[in-house]
Amino acid sequence: MSLTLEQVKRIAHLARIETSDAEALSTQGHLNGIFQLIEQMQAVDTRGVEPMAHAQDVSQRLRDDVVGEADRRAAYQAVAPETEGGLYLVPKVIE
Amino acid sequence: MIDASLKQLSQALAARQISSVELSTLFLDRIERLNPTLNAFVTVDREKSLKMAAAADARIASGTAGPLTGIPVAQKDIFCAEGWRTTCGSKMLANFVSPYDATVIEKMHRDAGLVSLGKTNMDEFAMGSSNETSFFGPVRNPWDSERVPGGSSGGSAAAVAARLAPAATGTDTGGSIRQPAALCNLTGLKPTYGVVSRYGMIAFASSLDQGGPMAASAEDCALLLNTMVGFDTRDSTSLDRPVEDYARDLDKPLAGLRIGLPKEFFGEGCDAGVMAAVRAAIAEYEKLGATCVDVSLPNSHLSVPAYYVIAPAEASSNLSRFDGVRYGYRAADYANLDDMYMKTRAQGFGAEVKRRILIGTYVLSHGYYDAYYLQAQRIRRLIANDFVEAFKSCDVIMGPTSPSTAFKLGEKAADPVQMYLSDIYTIAVNLAGLPGMSVPCGFVGGLPVGLQLIGNYFAEGQLLNVAHRYQQATDWHTRRPAGLV
Repeated sequence: MSLTLEQVKRIAHLARIETSDAEALSTQGHLNGIFQLIEQMQAVDTRGVEPMAHAQDVSQRLRDDVVGEADRRAAYQAVAPETEGGLYLVPKVIE
Repeated sequence: MIDASLKQLSQALAARQISSVELSTLFLDRIERLNPTLNAFVTVDREKSLKMAAAADARIASGTAGPLTGIPVAQKDIFCAEGWRTTCGSKMLANFVSPYDATVIEKMHRDAGLVSLGKTNMDEFAMGSSNETSFFGPVRNPWDSERVPGGSSGGSAAAVAARLAPAATGTDTGGSIRQPAALCNLTGLKPTYGVVSRYGMIAFASSLDQGGPMAASAEDCALLLNTMVGFDTRDSTSLDRPVEDYARDLDKPLAGLRIGLPKEFFGEGCDAGVMAAVRAAIAEYEKLGATCVDVSLPNSHLSVPAYYVIAPAEASSNLSRFDGVRYGYRAADYANLDDMYMKTRAQGFGAEVKRRILIGTYVLSHGYYDAYYLQAQRIRRLIANDFVEAFKSCDVIMGPTSPSTAFKLGEKAADPVQMYLSDIYTIAVNLAGLPGMSVPCGFVGGLPVGLQLIGNYFAEGQLLNVAHRYQQATDWHTRRPAGLV
């Protein structure tokens, strides 16, 4: 398998990473080298093998529905690029 | 004092031979002198460290100290520490001052009373095996400044090897504690997945990431691990297990120990000098009463391919949070919201991180999920089953940690695949979720070699015992790089 330049640009867009034509070209070479390594997997017959998502097969815990954390909004928003009145500011999305 | 073990430091502090403020100052001065060459620390804050040291001294004076209270350590810059800049080696977080503590930080500093000497350099978001992907520049190996310290916990490894800190924390997703430990002549332990809380440890690949100690000896690792572990309700994959003392079995004799030698770890692909050192270490174990058995991990050659699907897939999801809205870097100029995301992420992430996000995005995208992600998860199961089978006939598995000694800066930086292959012996352990260690076992051309020990689930105590007995019989772990005074 090898990725076309168009595919590289499409993935970069899905990942929301702006990529110039020159960057896409060098990325294409690197990614295809990596996929060549990954392709070794395709020769393995894994029919009937249960996929392993996690190192320990344990189920998710549930906790009681009670307040556990204190309100630290001011501290958390202090590290944001732009806030106002307790809200995170982003460029306008609705005209 | 610079070369003292944690036990010796603990005794000196308890006997009031030295105060924590004096001890911390000794290391802070050393950092000031040697860090400009090594680049092991990205953040040092003398005032903060000495405040912690003074508090530790007060605890010692009042009789409320724990065994490691007042001992200074270095923290990998992947652990969020309140009031400390926490960068994860990235431009994305270059100015991020964490508003909260990771559980590991809370346990080590607030509970155990250790003093933080600062935050250590690392590959960006822990993605790398050489520490060259850090936004803050490469770390130099104290054994040879033209060579890499390994990665991603390269700053922690260099700091401890050069004795800028008595011990440090690391994290290991595919070998990031064990490989730098091997390349810098340290003892490092990656615990069983779920033993050390991941809360506040900036996520790379959540089903693989695990924090652990890096130090000069197995004994130091055991003492440090005691302060790091424990069930944590804030980490959904933290395991609720009884507390154990990891130092309890250190001195247990090794007679009768069965060492499994996987034939896949002793074939082609490993430097001959490294292999000779590993074989000599195994011969030493036989002298200590252990016996060797041949085992096989027939799917281990698939661990690197499966890892480079699973880890990037999880990373692409984890790193989607860096969008310039709630914290971290935001691009200066943009046309609209989407453009802000695109530019923020293009400017904030380095090349290797972008590559892995792109691989992850692709393997999770519509039409490719089954062929890549599910196939990798099935292979992960085969790899884990290989270990289950192998541990039926042995207690611990041994082999090399890394196929070579420390390579030169720049040597593999242009070829990601070559870099990925430096983790061929360590990655399977993460996929299976097992505990693994690297222990110094010799030198090739003046550069350290690491012996890898792999244990069954929750066998950390046993691994530390196996490493400690070897360190009682050999002195490789006591060797220090020359020229760093």
